[in-house]
Amino acid sequence: MYTTDMSGKTKAETVAEDPALIAAFEARVANDEFIEPKDWMPEAYRKTLIRQMSQHAHSEIVGMLPEGNWITRAPNLRRKAILLAKVQDEGGHGLYLYAAAETLGTSRDEMTEALLSGKAKYSTIFNYPTLTWADIGAIGWLVDGAAIMNQVPLQRTSYGPYARAMVRICKEESFHQRQGYEIMMHLAAGTPEQKRMAQDALNRWWWPSLMMFGPPDNKSPNTEQSMRWRIKRDTNDDLRQKFVDITVPQAEAIGLTVPDPALKWNEERGAYDFGEVDWEEFAAVVRGEGPVAKERLQARQKAWDDGAWVREAARVHAEKRANAKVAAE
Amino acid sequence: MSDPSKEWPLWEVFVRGKGGLSHRHVGSVHAADSKMALEHARDTYTRRMEGVSLWVMPSAQIASSDPGDAAALFEPAEDKVYRHPTFYKIPDGVKHI
Repeated sequence: MYTTDMSGKTKAETVAEDPALIAAFEARVANDEFIEPKDWMPEAYRKTLIRQMSQHAHSEIVGMLPEGNWITRAPNLRRKAILLAKVQDEGGHGLYLYAAAETLGTSRDEMTEALLSGKAKYSTIFNYPTLTWADIGAIGWLVDGAAIMNQVPLQRTSYGPYARAMVRICKEESFHQRQGYEIMMHLAAGTPEQKRMAQDALNRWWWPSLMMFGPPDNKSPNTEQSMRWRIKRDTNDDLRQKFVDITVPQAEAIGLTVPDPALKWNEERGAYDFGEVDWEEFAAVVRGEGPVAKERLQARQKAWDDGAWVREAARVHAEKRANAKVAAE
Repeated sequence: MSDPSKEWPLWEVFVRGKGGLSHRHVGSVHAADSKMALEHARDTYTRRMEGVSLWVMPSAQIASSDPGDAAALFEPAEDKVYRHPTFYKIPDGVKHI
């Protein structure tokens, strides 16, 4: 499960809504109550959720591509079975989230079309290529690790179906991170070439992983509203700091070096100081200029187009059988 | 553009965690018919021994209460404490009741 906050898209709603309903809604949310599909909710809340949840779902589905790319080349049967299970989980996570988003009144096809047209985004991390086997280790360890950091608080997000999907996802996610770390651990303890491969993967995935927490707080205009609505429970910078603090010792434990010359333990803060993320690069990848952005969408488009006849045939077959059954009764 | 009539219908999925427990709602899937809905439910919701039995039913067939009626429906129970055994004071010496 992967989520990147791509704030800055939602505009304040101008439709007049009953102030009494809004006040009651705000009070429920402030009181940590869950909002369920049939409950009244402000249109902006609904829209923000549809955007966030569908992008989250798209990220899971697109996230299957860089790893699926390595299934046939996994170094042994154990790794292959594990990778298959992980990629299948990502598909499952996408489906939990699509289903949860559909309770807000958007359809599966609408969401798919928004992804394919480029209207909806997905996590920028998947627009980087997976060049070596060590990248599969780095993705599990860092990308899934960052995702867990983002997702654990979402288990208490205010929208019930989203929170429930996140509970399932978080339960499954921990295996993803551990299998990735295990790959890195073995490579780091292997031949000098293997260790170099692991270090190279860490070098390439470190910064994109930090970008997964979204823009810095002072450039994340929706954070305040999303936090008030309990859609979001921690700020981007807080989660990023937490991730760095947890991950640096994990790298050290297996003899790898985090590629940040500014990285330094700050005794006073009890946290690591670290260098500035290249936000220009982040912005470019969000705009769709990531190294393999085109390839990713082409792969999704192809799967959608190639599957069209199957969707159609199954639907027509089911209709025919249902009609025949009615006729026979 | 998307045509809702061409989407596979939505099914609600219920899983029995283990023998002796009732089926519990876990989420939903799209499928053309009930057989496919069961297959999708199996792949989507039971990858880790979450259950021993599945139910699927068309989402469109579910009728549910209106949240706006919640007070009218459920609040009257609040002042009927005499429906609970602790409402009744029984002397300490009296056993097995």
